Amino acid sequence: MILQLILAVPVMTAALTAAAGRRLPRPAVDAAALAAAVTVAALAALTLARAADRTRVAWLGGWGPATGVGIPLVADPLAAALALTAALLTAAALVYSWRYFAEVHAIFHTLMLLLLAAMCGFVLAGDLFTQFMFFELTGVVALGLTGYRSEEPDTVHGAVNFGLIVSLGAYLTLTGVALVYGRTGQLGLAAAGRALAGAPPGDALVTAAFVLICTGYLVKAAAFPFHFWLADAHAVAPTPVCVLFSGVMVELGVYGVARVHTVVFGGPVPLGGVAVLGAAAALLGAVMCVLQTQVKRLLAYSTISQSGLLLVGVAAASPGAVAGTAYALAGHAAAKGALFLAAGALLNRHGTLDEHDLRGRGRAMPVVGATFLLGGLALAGLPPGGQAAGHTVTEHAVRGLGWWWYLPLSVAVSALTAGAVLRVWAGVFRGTPAGGPPGDPHEPETGTGLRHAPWTMVAPGIVLAAAALLTGLLPAAPLDRAAARFTDPRAYTAPVLDGRAADAAAHPSHPWAASGLVVSAVTVALAVLVAAAARRRVRRRAAQAAPRTAGRITRPLHAAHSGHIGDYAAWLTAGAALLALLTWTA
Amino acid sequence: MSHLPHLTAGYIMLIGLYGIVTSRDLVHAVVCLSVSQSGTYVLLLAIGYRHGATAPVFSDRPPPTAGRPVTDPVVQAMTLTDIVVGAVVTALLLALAVQIAHRRGTLDPGELRSLEP
Amino acid sequence: MSPRARLLLFAAGAAGCAALYTLAVLGLPGFGGPFHPYADRAVRQALEQGTANAVASVTFDQRAFDTVGEELILLAAAVSALVLLRASGREETAAGDTAAHGPADVPDALRATGRLLLPPTLVVGVYVVAHGHLSPGGGFQGGVILGTAVHLLYLAGDYPALLRLRPLPLFEAVEALAAAAFVGVALAAAGLIPLLNTLVAAEVGCALVLLIAQFFTQALLVHEPAEPGGTGGTGGTGGRT
Repeated sequence: MILQLILAVPVMTAALTAAAGRRLPRPAVDAAALAAAVTVAALAALTLARAADRTRVAWLGGWGPATGVGIPLVADPLAAALALTAALLTAAALVYSWRYFAEVHAIFHTLMLLLLAAMCGFVLAGDLFTQFMFFELTGVVALGLTGYRSEEPDTVHGAVNFGLIVSLGAYLTLTGVALVYGRTGQLGLAAAGRALAGAPPGDALVTAAFVLICTGYLVKAAAFPFHFWLADAHAVAPTPVCVLFSGVMVELGVYGVARVHTVVFGGPVPLGGVAVLGAAAALLGAVMCVLQTQVKRLLAYSTISQSGLLLVGVAAASPGAVAGTAYALAGHAAAKGALFLAAGALLNRHGTLDEHDLRGRGRAMPVVGATFLLGGLALAGLPPGGQAAGHTVTEHAVRGLGWWWYLPLSVAVSALTAGAVLRVWAGVFRGTPAGGPPGDPHEPETGTGLRHAPWTMVAPGIVLAAAALLTGLLPAAPLDRAAARFTDPRAYTAPVLDGRAADAAAHPSHPWAASGLVVSAVTVALAVLVAAAARRRVRRRAAQAAPRTAGRITRPLHAAHSGHIGDYAAWLTAGAALLALLTWTA
Repeated sequence: MSHLPHLTAGYIMLIGLYGIVTSRDLVHAVVCLSVSQSGTYVLLLAIGYRHGATAPVFSDRPPPTAGRPVTDPVVQAMTLTDIVVGAVVTALLLALAVQIAHRRGTLDPGELRSLEP
Repeated sequence: MSPRARLLLFAAGAAGCAALYTLAVLGLPGFGGPFHPYADRAVRQALEQGTANAVASVTFDQRAFDTVGEELILLAAAVSALVLLRASGREETAAGDTAAHGPADVPDALRATGRLLLPPTLVVGVYVVAHGHLSPGGGFQGGVILGTAVHLLYLAGDYPALLRLRPLPLFEAVEALAAAAFVGVALAAAGLIPLLNTLVAAEVGCALVLLIAQFFTQALLVHEPAEPGGTGGTGGTGGRT
């Protein structure tokens, strides 16, 4: 019953705020929404505790494996943990928006709660078509939230790109689901997995179904070349929404790929193609991140980059790599949430997000500055952050696969993305104001910028930043067990179809190995270097009238991220074909 | 050609994609998205079709063991769901297109200023 | 990217996707063949439950949870449309004064037809909903019929009558409550098909009316020439001065 409640609580509250939102006073709406998010967090935490020994399964409507129809909700520890992450970030975002939207309607709260329900539904669904359904629901709610400030031209443009590309991806996913259905006559993840287990490697239908289903999820996970929409949408969405987008929604795509591959396609299809596309997104996102001067867009590219690393981690498909990815995911969710909230506080106070216009203006906001710094350091992989632990564990696990390139890739990505964030911190919170009025078209999201940021806007950020630096201390033993169960298809199918628990042998991981600490130290040092170098470059660019040094390499990169929906659709088609080619030849 | 309907579905999806790629009007692009989605309806229904079968409704005739076989009710339910999803997505995207026309004065994706600085 | 480069990129991708897809469907069981394991199970379960319409059994009983997702999509869309189309509506009315939509200048025959068709269309909608578990139809189909029925008044040129027939706050409340009730019933006790059909019809009908209402507001405010206080035009007059 708990699994049903995880979905019912936010939905019921959302329906209430939608029905009575016009009459309820604002504090009541705030309190109801926050209470719902906290309740979901408590329920998810309870599920996490109960799932530690045995995967929780709830067949809806009294159907079950004996009848051959019906839909199960399935919660293994990692799924429950992801639902918990979503609920906690939603709670943080709701606290933040307490004073953020001065003229908000209850619609915002309704959509936030629906987004939480959609994400939980996607995580818990044990059925391919149900996953598609909740994937679409996430997309539709996210579309409404992205376009929330529909009076801004950039907002509607970013939202329409987002809606078109994510919907296209979802339809490809549905095509893949239909192919699986046509072959096996099953829609349940567990049942379809069992039916496909005997398929020969290289079976065209199975490969195609995997590629099509994954394409939709990779669009959401922002793998190369499906990542274009993300920067457009994240840069324009309201700040509390960005927290959920970057912190959980993107990671849901990674989770979807990993879950579907492990349970349904684990036998016949290799994951090499996903690793390549993830690595490409990691590199490209890191480079683009350094080139940005709009803070939210910079953070969005850093999300693309980090999500690429997560994809590489799950593509390794070993318990160790998944455990490392779980660390990194938790660390990234908290760090990125903190950074977006800090950026939102800046936007709110100064009415701009441009790095040049903001120079030195953060000096009066010490807590926001600390949030930004801590978030940047967590991204850089400062121990005991989740990123540091995650990259160490994953690196150790993929070394056995011969993926020597993971270490330099993760160091480069962490150094570049964190360097860009630290550069912004140094300029905004430590630099000297340039003078002159800000020339950015963005309006503050609260009608009139608040003179002093209220504690509700500052506290969630600093709490998340602190959490990001502590996620590496998550106990390793239960996480290893959870990762082992996540990567073993039998540990998923047996509880669902046979009603009995199945455990998988856990491999102990060592998040704090000495070599990992050395790598962390090097990465943080590199990030500081990147920040210093990039800051000089930005200053030079600001001094010159036209960016001359932008040069031959960066201009095509900027031009490729054109905001043109036709370009994005062409890249999507090419990306699906590329993934197929890579999967086939891997 | 026992796979012609399945291939038709793929063709519809691709032609919709082509429309989006070459689109010079966002309303047109949104309609092309619907075209592309129609391919999934065709694929689902083609997978569920059975020669000589009738609709899976038994209020006025005997169930399949005695009567004729029926087509797949599961894909029909999925298509129904899919149609609602498609209608909703189309409505929201058109709403956004209205706003773009207001704010930017054009619906040509080529004339919309890039969001990349 | 230049249009040419875009097309080349797409052509390469499309060729790859087409090849992949073709190879894939050749691995499907042949079109119209007898291999439908899930369908056989679903039909058997529908008959055991005594539901004559197997599609309704799948939608509202065996796979009711998918329909929960669908209901939530409708709720989200109706709410989102309010946000996405709100700003410009507010601007336009702020620029002018009160919006007065008088009866438009349409032929009497059209007006009479619209009003005559309204009651039977509503009855047909209710019939389709009420018999959804027995015959083809159900909450979605019936809800759409009910939602479009009230817009016959708009086609008949009587926008004020339409406004009287659909108080939007009430529709918002009914829609949200129907969605909540559906989720509650579907999660707790799926299988009450007539009840679920009715809830879906309420949800779909209200969502449709709300969505269309937002677009109407846009169209009438934006495209009507300013003609304060007067009547005429095709859909009423916007009060933009």
